[in-house]
Order: sequence, then structure tokens, then C-alpha cells
Amino acid sequence: MAEVDIKSYSLNFGPQHPAAHGVLRLVMELDGEMVERCDPHIGLLHRGTEKLIEHKTYMQAVPYFDRLDYVAPMNQEHAFCLAAEKLLGCAVPLRAQYIRVLFCEIGRILNHLMNTLAHGMDVGALTPILWGFEEREKLMGFYERVSGARLHAAYFRVGGVHQDLPAGLAEDIWAWTESFPKVLHDLETLLMGNRIFKQRNVDIGVVTADEALAWGFSGPMLRGSGVPWDLRKAQPYEVYDRLDFDVAVGKNGDCYDRFVLRFLEMDESVRLIRQCLNEMPQGPVMTADGKIAAPSRAEMKRSMEGLIHHFKLYTEGFHVPAGEVYAAVEAPKGEFAVYLVADGTNKPYRCKIRAPAFVHLQAMDFMTKGHMLADAPAILGSQDIVFGEVDR
Amino acid sequence: MSNIPYPRPDALEALAAQLNARADLGITDVVVAHGEVTALATAGQLPALATWLRDEPGLMFKVLVDVCGVDWPERLRRFDVVYHFLSVRHNLRLRLKVETDEETPVPSLVAVYPTANWFEREAWDLYGIFFSDHPDLRRILTDYGFEGHPLRKDFPLTGYVELRYDDEQKRVVYEPVKLTQEFRRFDFLSPWEGAKYILPGDEKATGGKA
Repeated sequence: MAEVDIKSYSLNFGPQHPAAHGVLRLVMELDGEMVERCDPHIGLLHRGTEKLIEHKTYMQAVPYFDRLDYVAPMNQEHAFCLAAEKLLGCAVPLRAQYIRVLFCEIGRILNHLMNTLAHGMDVGALTPILWGFEEREKLMGFYERVSGARLHAAYFRVGGVHQDLPAGLAEDIWAWTESFPKVLHDLETLLMGNRIFKQRNVDIGVVTADEALAWGFSGPMLRGSGVPWDLRKAQPYEVYDRLDFDVAVGKNGDCYDRFVLRFLEMDESVRLIRQCLNEMPQGPVMTADGKIAAPSRAEMKRSMEGLIHHFKLYTEGFHVPAGEVYAAVEAPKGEFAVYLVADGTNKPYRCKIRAPAFVHLQAMDFMTKGHMLADAPAILGSQDIVFGEVDR
Repeated sequence: MSNIPYPRPDALEALAAQLNARADLGITDVVVAHGEVTALATAGQLPALATWLRDEPGLMFKVLVDVCGVDWPERLRRFDVVYHFLSVRHNLRLRLKVETDEETPVPSLVAVYPTANWFEREAWDLYGIFFSDHPDLRRILTDYGFEGHPLRKDFPLTGYVELRYDDEQKRVVYEPVKLTQEFRRFDFLSPWEGAKYILPGDEKATGGKA
């Protein structure tokens, strides 16, 4: 038989593909079904967030952070508030710190539910995501009760949080933490031991610890490769150093490890939420510094001084002293950070957003090399990509 | 898990001293502020400097967390390229700043840190900072065929072109931006503190002497 010369060919994956998690275009070079090269084309959701922030006051910049990783909005706001607070040298009241941690952990569960179960869906398991969305609904209900919005909360403000928890919310979150572990366990039984799920994920997209560091991985991507690194432990912010929690670390650095790790993190988040609810003190939720935080509504109605401050803070905004800081948080996807350069006016001079998914997606080429085309969605799913923050 | 507390002022001072001793690698100044170490360096020996930062046992900055540009148009060399490094081993962070202008290329760090690839592409795309020896310096975030560098301070917020679907030509077309209302940029800076200009009536306060 004559020798057949198989030519490698290029394949366009996306930008409208259900497994591409948004608007990702992958230009792949295939040899048969083997991926030889994978070139992600991003920027299809680029909105110029950094440019817009340079033209807004500090308070007006907060809502842009909800729109980055829209799966876990409050975690992003957190990084920006921490950066601005660092420059202002402003202390956040203890109760506000607990509330922030509480909602960051809720955000982590929101994110991990979406990611792990969508990952399941990418490799063929449709049921789990439907169960997971029910829990996400409840959590977004908590978001709504505390901030008025289910997704774009703009709840964390520079100096604290916008409002105190409404009556009854703490009890309802507590009740939810009692019912959720059961759901989590059910989801585990659906996926973790599942033969098909394991066939699709074990030993796929293996990343060694050295590779993970060289490629700048963070969060579950780094821990999945066996590097015990969690900013909540290593460089604690807010009240994380007072809380008791464990950090799960993977062994093999494959898609399955990263998946299991996110499940374990949800368990820890529930633990953290319960501790926050138990230990949260009474008190103010916003800094008392009248040059940063607006006066209360009651005060504004009665005092001329208060009215002027309220007006000035919502038009001109507060001024941040000149300087530069880098504030990072352990967002569900990894290290989310804000590099803020202030020039002393009421607007940021430069606000660079360091998105973890941007870094992870970059590694797509070396992670898919030598794998089958059908493994690409599994690898993409385990990277936890949301385009809001990749494209910014 | 690293059990080293963070941030430790003594470790920051030690790091600053260690960096200050390496003027041969191009480090010109080291500043410690807000619990962060910032080193200023010349672009010339950047790859050697980065390799040293990565491999020196006392530093081990194995992770390049972030690279970005900052534009200072009034400066002679208008761009800062800002690198953020992280040492997982010693629980330290470091910021490295390099100055450049539109023409002078900065040596690429892709050979030292593979993760620099997209970050440098981004800085090229948004600021027009050129990186020499970069394997693949294409635009990354803006549209195919985009012109200009949108994050420069002299680039308008609204941009120059807008895009719409043309039903007659059956394709998307680019047109110059037409705003039905002028973009509103209010000046909220308090005239009592901070404003650098003279408002009508200001001369009365100084008795007509400006």
C-alpha cells in the first residue's frame, strides 16, 4: 500500500463554542487528533477597564471590578479596596473585616461551584451543574440581600463595606452552611469516583511544580502541582490569620487533582464562613474617617457639615496620597492583584489589574501539547477561565 | 506552607541592602515604602538581573507575577516598565522598574520567565513599549488590525473609531467615533485645595494682582 502523507491542519476552536467558557478563540494545529500547537486569541471581551478606571474617582472604580470575574465579584473589589486603603493608611473596622472575609468565602464557593461543575459538563456530566446552580442561586440571594444586586454588588468600599448585614441574614447563611455540605457530598459522589470523569481527567494536562512557578501559576493551579502556597496563609490580609482553616495541596498536577482540590476548598470555605459568623463582633462597618467615608444618612439630614461632606465625597471623591502599591488577594482563581499608582488627586493615575486567568490561559499551549483535541476542553475547564478578567 | 510571617520589615531592609550591592547588574536605586521594596534599574542588563533574582539562593524570585507599563508623558523617557516578582521560598515580593521611551527597546524576559510572554505582548499592545528578542510580539487585547496604543495618556478615552454592522455591505465597518453628546469630563477638584487654575473672580481675593 502506498504511503499516505497526513498533513497537519489548523482548527479554529471558538470564539463561539460552548466549551470555550466565553469568547475564546483557539487556533490549533492538529496532527490527526493530536494537538501540536495551540494559540489562544483573546481580547474579544476587552472593554478597556484600566483606561476607564483612570478617568473615574476611586469610588466609581469599584463597580468595574465586579465585571472582571463576574463569577465571584466581591473578591475582585477586595483587592482594589485593599490597595487604596494601603495608600490612604486607613484602618478597616473589625466587623467589616469579618464581613469581607465572609463574603469572599461565599464568592469562593460561587466560583468553585461554577467551575468544577462546568468542568464536569465539558466532559459530559450534565446533571451536577444543574444541582450546583440551585446552590449558586441561594448564595446570590445572600449577595442581593446585603448589597441589593445579585452579581454586580459594589459592596466592598474603600474603608469598609457599604452597609451592615440586614437583620436575619447571618442566621440564614448559618442555616445554609448546615444544608450545603450534604449537597457538596452528593456532587462529589456524582463526579469524583465516576469512571468516565476520571478517564477524561486523570493524567491530563500535567504540570510539574517547577513549570507551575515558571509560568506564574497561582491559586488551585499552583497548589494542584504540589506547591503549598495560599496568600490567605502566607501573606494574610483582613482576619485570615485569626481563622482556622486548612489548605488542600495536590500531588500529580493533573486536571483531576485541580478538580478535587477545588472541592476540598469549598469545604474549607464553609468552615471559614461559620467561624466568621460565630466570631463577628458588633460595631461599625465603615471607617470613621470623615474624609474617606460618607456620613450616615441621619447625620447628613441634620448637619450642614455632614451634607457638605456627603456631597463632596460623592462628586469629587476622596484624594489618595501619591505613591504606588501592589495589593494581592487569594481570589478563587488564584492571585488577583491591583497595582495602583496614585498621583494625589481623586482619580487613580494607573490601575493595573493582575488577573490569574490571564496567566493560566497563557500556559494553554504547553499544557495541551501532545494531548488529544478532546482533552483541550478538560484542560481549559481545569484552568478556570473567565473572560471578564482575562480580557479586562 | 511557608511559615515565614509577612511582611517583615527586617527582611525588606535586608533585601534592599542585597539589591543595592548589585549596581553592576544595573540597579540604580532601591526604595522601601508601604511595606514593599521597589528597585529601579537600567534596561541594559535586565535578563542577567532577572536570572540573578531567580537563581540567587537568598532571593529565589521564581515567579514573575506581573509586568505592566505606566505612562508619564511629561517625562523625557515616558514609560515605566514595572515588573513584580514573588519569592515563594522566602515569602518576599519585589517590584522592579525600568524606564524607557517609544523607541528604545527593553530586553525581553521570555527566556528567563516564560510567563513574561503575554505580559510583554500586553505592554506592547497597550503602550507601544517595544521588547527586543521577544519571540512573538503581536497585539493581544485589542482588535485585529487596531491602530494606536490605547493606554497611553494621550489616547482619548473614547478612541478614534467605532464599529457597527452595515446591513448593505453585510459586514462590520469601522467609522470615526460620532458622539451624540460630547463626553462629559467634570472637574470636581475643589477650588479651595488642589486646583491649579484661576477661576473668574479669583483676582478679587488678591486685589487684582492675579
